[in-house]
Amino acid sequence: MLAMLVIVFREVLEAALVVGIVMAATRGVPRRGWWIAAGCVAGAMGAVIVAGFAGAIASALEGVGQELFNAAILMTAVCMLGWHIIWMGRHGREIAADATRIGREVLSGSRSLYAISAVCGIAVLREGSEVVLFLYGIAAAGGTGGADLMIGGALGLLAGAAVGIALYYGLLAIPLRHLFGVTSWLILLLAAGMASQGAAFLAAANLLPSLGNSIWNTSQILSDRSLMGQLLHVLIGYTARPAGIQLVFYGATLLVIGLGMRTLGRDPVRSGIGRTTAGQSTP
Amino acid sequence: MAGFWAFFAAFFLVLGLPARAEDGDTTITIKGDKFLPDEVRIPADRKVKLTVRNLDAAPSEFESSDFHREKIVAPGGEITVFVGPLDAGTYEFFDDFHPEDRGHLVVK
Repeated sequence: MLAMLVIVFREVLEAALVVGIVMAATRGVPRRGWWIAAGCVAGAMGAVIVAGFAGAIASALEGVGQELFNAAILMTAVCMLGWHIIWMGRHGREIAADATRIGREVLSGSRSLYAISAVCGIAVLREGSEVVLFLYGIAAAGGTGGADLMIGGALGLLAGAAVGIALYYGLLAIPLRHLFGVTSWLILLLAAGMASQGAAFLAAANLLPSLGNSIWNTSQILSDRSLMGQLLHVLIGYTARPAGIQLVFYGATLLVIGLGMRTLGRDPVRSGIGRTTAGQSTP
Repeated sequence: MAGFWAFFAAFFLVLGLPARAEDGDTTITIKGDKFLPDEVRIPADRKVKLTVRNLDAAPSEFESSDFHREKIVAPGGEITVFVGPLDAGTYEFFDDFHPEDRGHLVVK
């Protein structure tokens, strides 16, 4: 039961951290709870479907279907996260400054919620499909202690969710005027980490050169499989032995989204006529 | 009893595995939540093909954080994983769904 708990916990943890950060990052955006919940539910349904077709996906596209599928959904999540922080850079300060005045703008701008909903869906889909497959394996093995294992799985799910919720409330403790700055950075690092993971899948599919298998090796200090290693893996994309291509994608994502935040996101605020421009952009 | 049969099957699998050390392409079998062989020797600085075959009724995930691979192997299915070129050294791989089940890639 403990082994079961640990495995499910590890899978759920990743999705829970993503959802926790995204929940904090969208604080004050109307109806964001619905969008995020819808994303998670869609992700969970998708997880069952993906798990059902796991064999077919793996053998698709000359055997690299699974790698391409993972790379595609990770890169989609990176784009969605990027779009969200750039949008949040534009509107986050306004939300922080005056929650009621900009209600209308936020509503019109809540298109960003599609993106955020999709990110949650993808996180749940990726980790959820593994949980489903794993549970299926337990069921297939059948017989003794099945119920016991299922209880372990349920506890793992709760424990993973608890960490996500703890992160959410931890972030909420940050004063509102700093909150969106902090969550933007968290999401930027989250996105860079996903891009690096996606690059590893593309290299595995032979579509990208790996540019060196381990640029450094810190597995003796902090292993990828330790709890801390895994937390950092989700939060900042930590890898004990990164391939060169992963570092390239990590850096490029930081650069592109970071530049987007500066040039597109902050214009209204920085030019000091934020209210006017924001008003004009949403007549 | 199950342990005995797993051992029995494993024994004959070892006998039956073709020796293909030269080109480095290797087939790894998952049976009774164990990798067989659990130590795979491949040459350094070239790309080799690993075929992972899952003979169990449960899905497995062939994973390695050392050489960045992560691939689900359906029950009764097989996958192909290209690894390398790798520097000489030892690289761990494991079954993410049965974490106690692990093996090593020895690159020389």
